[in-house]
Amino acid sequence: MPEVVIAGTGLIPAGEHWELSLRSQATRALLAAKKDAGGLEPQALYIGNFLASTVSHQSNLGALLTDWSNHRGIEGFTVEAAEASGGGAFRMGYLAVASGLVDVAAVVGVEKVTDVVGPGLENAIAEGMDYDFEAAQGLTLAGQAALVMRRYMHTYRVPRQVFAGFPVLAHENAVGNPHAMFRRPISLKAYEEAAMVCDPLGLFDMAPYADGAAAVILTRPELARATAGRALVRVSGSAVVIDTLALHDRPDPLAFDAARISVQRACRQAGITPQDVDFFELTDSFSIYAALSLEAAGFAPLGKGWELLQDGTLRRDGKLPIQTMGGFKARGNPLGASGVYQIVEAARQLRGEAGACQVAGAKRALVQNLAGPASTAVTHVLERWEPKG
Amino acid sequence: MEVPRHWRIRQQRYSLVGEVCPHCEAKIFPPRDVCPECGGEAKTRFDFSGRGEVFSFAVMHDAPAGYEKTTPYTVALVKLEEGPVVTAQLTDLGEQPVEIGMPVEMVTRKIREDEEERGVILYGYKFRPVLK
Amino acid sequence: MMANRVMKPARAVGIVGYGAYVPRYRLPAKYISRLWEGSESGGPVKEKAVAGLDEDVVTMSIEAARNALARGQIHAEVLRAVWVGSESHPYAVKPSSTIVAEAIGAGPSIQAGDWQFACKAGTEALVAAIGLVGSGMADYAMAIGMDTAQGRPGDQLEYTAASGGAAYILGPAEHSLAVIQGSYSFVTDTPDFWRRAGQRYPEHGQRFTGEPAYFRHITEAARALMEEMGTTAADYRYAVFHQPNTKFPQRAGQLLGFQEEQLRPGLLSPVIGNTYAGAALIGLTAVLDVAQPGDRVLVVSFGSGAGSDAFDIAVTAALPEKRDLAPRTADYIARRTEIDYATYARFRGKLAE
Ligand SMILES: [Zn+2]
Repeated sequence: MPEVVIAGTGLIPAGEHWELSLRSQATRALLAAKKDAGGLEPQALYIGNFLASTVSHQSNLGALLTDWSNHRGIEGFTVEAAEASGGGAFRMGYLAVASGLVDVAAVVGVEKVTDVVGPGLENAIAEGMDYDFEAAQGLTLAGQAALVMRRYMHTYRVPRQVFAGFPVLAHENAVGNPHAMFRRPISLKAYEEAAMVCDPLGLFDMAPYADGAAAVILTRPELARATAGRALVRVSGSAVVIDTLALHDRPDPLAFDAARISVQRACRQAGITPQDVDFFELTDSFSIYAALSLEAAGFAPLGKGWELLQDGTLRRDGKLPIQTMGGFKARGNPLGASGVYQIVEAARQLRGEAGACQVAGAKRALVQNLAGPASTAVTHVLERWEPKG
Repeated sequence: MEVPRHWRIRQQRYSLVGEVCPHCEAKIFPPRDVCPECGGEAKTRFDFSGRGEVFSFAVMHDAPAGYEKTTPYTVALVKLEEGPVVTAQLTDLGEQPVEIGMPVEMVTRKIREDEEERGVILYGYKFRPVLK
Repeated sequence: MMANRVMKPARAVGIVGYGAYVPRYRLPAKYISRLWEGSESGGPVKEKAVAGLDEDVVTMSIEAARNALARGQIHAEVLRAVWVGSESHPYAVKPSSTIVAEAIGAGPSIQAGDWQFACKAGTEALVAAIGLVGSGMADYAMAIGMDTAQGRPGDQLEYTAASGGAAYILGPAEHSLAVIQGSYSFVTDTPDFWRRAGQRYPEHGQRFTGEPAYFRHITEAARALMEEMGTTAADYRYAVFHQPNTKFPQRAGQLLGFQEEQLRPGLLSPVIGNTYAGAALIGLTAVLDVAQPGDRVLVVSFGSGAGSDAFDIAVTAALPEKRDLAPRTADYIARRTEIDYATYARFRGKLAE
C-alpha cells in the first residue's frame, strides 16, 4: 500500500465570518493548502461539512466547491458525519491516495454557522443526534453532553469543577495561535461563575460554534517531495468506528467504546501504542468529552481522565500535551470543519511550524475527531515523515 | 411542516409502544427492524409500563426553536423498568429537586408546537415523579 | 308535559371505570384580587387548578382515560366510542378524541368526536355513551369532560376558570361499579355565556347567568328526574351539581332540599375552581372515591347556552375493589404547587397577545 503524506495545509481563522460565504471560506482554505503544497493539482476533492444543507440551504458542495475553487473536471463530494465530518473527509482522502487510484487528494472541512441567526442553529446541530428520539424531546448537542457529564459526576462522585482545567488549558494554549477564536486565558473563577447552558454544563464547558475552513493536500511522498518546500507528515494510522447514534442506547454512556476502539485500530496500523505519541489532539467540544477521550484512549483509568490536569501531564510541556493550539474550546468549533483543523494543527506541530504553540520535538501525534458522544469516532496517527535512506 | 414522520411513530410517542424480540425476549424501545441484542428480526408489539427511574438529567436553559416556551426544562435519560433507556423531558416537577435514581412514570404531554399556533401540536411521552 | 321524561336505556348500563385528572399548579384567588382589586379579599373560590405549559385538554384527557381503563380493568380495544367534551379543545378543526383514543390504545373501530356545549359537553357525551351501550350498539364507550378554561385578564371568570376533568367508561350494568338508573336533560336557548368563533376569551351575561340560566336549568332537570324516579333529596347519599364557584351548587342544593353533607364530598370548586366541562364529572369521581355499595348519587351538570343533564346513579358492590386501581381525585388535589399571577400568565399564554 502506498504511503500517504500531507503535502500542504491551509486554513482561515475560526470565528464569526459575517462577510464570508461558505464557498469563499472553503476556497480560501483550499487554495492556501494547495499553495503550501507547492501547487500540487488535486484529482479529487473531499469535503467535510455538517450543516450546509440545513443552515445555508446548500447541498452538492462537491460541485459547488470544486467549481468555485476552479477545479472543474475532477471528482468531488461531501462526507457527512456530523461534527466528525472533517475527520471523515480526511479519512476519505487518505483511502483514495492509499488505494493508488488517486495521486493527489484535497480535503477541505468547512462550516458556516452564521448563515442563520437565532435558535435555529441549535435545531440544525441537533440533527446530528437521533432526530425522532433525542432531538424531538428538546435535547440539544450540549444537553446530551450535560447528560453524560451529570452521569460522570454521579458515578465517580466528582463536582463539576474537575472539568474546569480543560477550558483553562485550552485558552492558555491558544494565546499564541493566530487562527484561534479566543486568545485570552480564563480563570478558574470565571469558569465557576459562568452561566449554565444546560446544567451541569456551563458556558466554559462548551466550545463555541464557529465558522471556519481548513484544508490539506494528500499525496504520495515521491510526488510531494518535488513540490513541497517543507517537511512532510505521514499518515501512519487511520480508523473510523461507529457506536450507537442515540446516547440512550448505550449500555454505558461513559464508555466511549468507538473512541477506544478507533484508537486501538489506528495505533495497531501505525505499529505503536498510544503511549508512544508526543501529543493528543482530542475532541474537547465539551469538557466532559475531553476527560472521556483520555480514558477511552487508555491514558487514564475510568473516572480519572480529569486527574491528568492536576500534575501538568496535559500541558504543552507535559508528557501528553492536548489541545496544543487551543483545541475546540479556544480555537473555536467549526463543527464539520473541526476534524480538518485538528489535522492541520497536528501537521504544523510535526513540521515544527506551530510557532508560539510549538510542542518541542513533536514527532508523532494522535488525532481524534468525535461526533457527539463518540457516536462516530475518527482517529488518525500522524508522524513527521523521515525519508528512508 | 413535517406531519408524516411524526404521525408514523405516534403510538411510540404517545404511549411507549415498543417491541419484544421473538428470539431472545429483549424488550426494545424504540422499535427497530433488527433486535439490538441478538440481530434477529424484531416485530412483536410490546407495551411498556411507563415506569422507570432517572439515569441522568440536564436542565436546558438554551432551547432549540419550538421548545422555547417551556425553558428552562429538564431532559433526562430514563431507565425503564423493562430495561431500555429513553431520552425524555421530565415534567410536573414543581419545586421538587431531581435526583438520579428518582422513580418516574410516563405521561403524555405536548412536546412541541410548530409554526406558532398554526402548525400541528406534537404530543409524546414525558416522565414525572410518581404520583402515588 | 311530556310523559316518560326520564331516559332509561333498553339494557341496563353502568359506569365500568372512572378516572380524574387535576393538574399540579394552583393559583390562589388572593393573587388575582391583589392584582385587579388591590386587596387580598380573594374571590368565589379559594384557589384554582392551572394546567402546566405542556398540558391541554388532550393530554389531561389521556391521563383521566388511562385511570378509567385501570379501574375498569378492560383493554382499550373493547371501547367502541371515545368522546371528549370540552370548551377548550386545542384544535378548532381536528378532533381531540382521535388523539386520546390513539394514545390509550383504542380504535380504529370506534366512534370518536368532540362535544361542545359549554360546561355540559362532558355530560352530553356521557348521555350519548349511555345510549350507545344501552341500545346494544356497543358494549363499552368512553365519555370525557375536560377543560383548560380561560378568563379574560381582570374578568370575574379569572378567579374560577380552571383546568381538570374526568373520564368515564360506560358498559353493561352487570360489570359496573355504579349503575345509571336514569337520566334527564333540560335544554333551552338561553345565551348566558358564549365565545364567538375566533375569539380567545368568552363573554358572559353577568347576573343573567344566575337565576334564568344556572338555577332554572339545574333545578328543572333535577326535579323532573326525581319526580320520575319517585325520589326526594333524602334518597340520595350524595349530590353533585355543576360547580362554577362555591355558592351556586350550595344554593342549588338548598333549593332542591339537600343538606350540606350530601354535597360536601363532591364539591371541589373551592380548591380546584371551575373546571367547566369537567366540573360535574370530577365532582362525581370524588364521590365515587368515597361512596359505599348501595349509595345513590344525584349528578346534575349545567352548560351555558343552556341546559342541564341529570343522572341518578346507584353504587354497586364492585366499587370498593376498583377505586384504588388508579389515583384518587384527592391524590391529585393534594399534589399542589402554588404559583403566582406572573407564572399563571405565562402558563396560560396570556403574555402572547
Ligand atoms: Zn433478540
